[in-house]
Amino acid sequence: MAKHEKPSFVYVTYIATTPEKLWKALTDSTLTRQYWYGRRVASDWKVGSPVTFWYEADGGEAVSDRGIVLESDPPRRLSYTWHVEFAEELRDEHPSRVTFEIEPTGKEVKLTLIHDDFAPGSKILEGVRSGWPAILASLKTMLETGKPLTGTSAEAAAAAQAEVAARTRKA
Amino acid sequence: MGMDLVFKALADPSRRKLLDRLRARNGQTLSELGSGLDMTRQAVAKHLALLEAANLIATRKRGREKLHYLNPVPIQGIYERWIGKFERNRLRALSDLKKALEQGDD
Repeated sequence: MAKHEKPSFVYVTYIATTPEKLWKALTDSTLTRQYWYGRRVASDWKVGSPVTFWYEADGGEAVSDRGIVLESDPPRRLSYTWHVEFAEELRDEHPSRVTFEIEPTGKEVKLTLIHDDFAPGSKILEGVRSGWPAILASLKTMLETGKPLTGTSAEAAAAAQAEVAARTRKA
Repeated sequence: MGMDLVFKALADPSRRKLLDRLRARNGQTLSELGSGLDMTRQAVAKHLALLEAANLIATRKRGREKLHYLNPVPIQGIYERWIGKFERNRLRALSDLKKALEQGDD
């Protein structure tokens, strides 16, 4: 079915910043942990390299998501596979794909996020639906005001994560 | 990209209906979105243009087709502006309760 070729989720936000600053915000762990539910991202951002998202759990760090860099063209385009690992129920699922496109549009920079290539019957769609709009809104606010939104703090992450896990078990 | 545009876009029931349709199935063409609705193709196109101007929908080209995607990022910004982190869980609990009571057995 041709429908599988379609991106499944496309999110857009316009941010008063530069492409370079936006790229840094997507790839620098000290920045991601501020607006991305406390996630610390680690990668050398070379095609084929691993991408790992860490979160603080039980006094240490645990992996929430993992992927492989598919495309890396700073500060324009970044794509990696996405495998959710924080909930046991999601670990068997085939990785999906996340792509960021950065385009300057006059005073603002347009950020497009495409999340697609989901496994049939994917259990992560609800998490995707509620997660990305919050992360992107917080990223925008952080770059424009210096402070992220409280809804994507590390504490908020723990609550959201518990909710996703509960929903997954129910489904 | 003002908040005014978002509220104006959301103030119309036909446009809210189009967003509902995208929530149910993301990535539809104009024809798919308009099918079964009591609206001309021109009216649907006009509503979609307004929703896109408010950044409530994102679009992608696929060949000759234009696909439409629900983009709730601006609504998230509005939500965060007036809802504090401590209200969030209480409001969710209330909303769940309301839904459960209204749906009966679920």
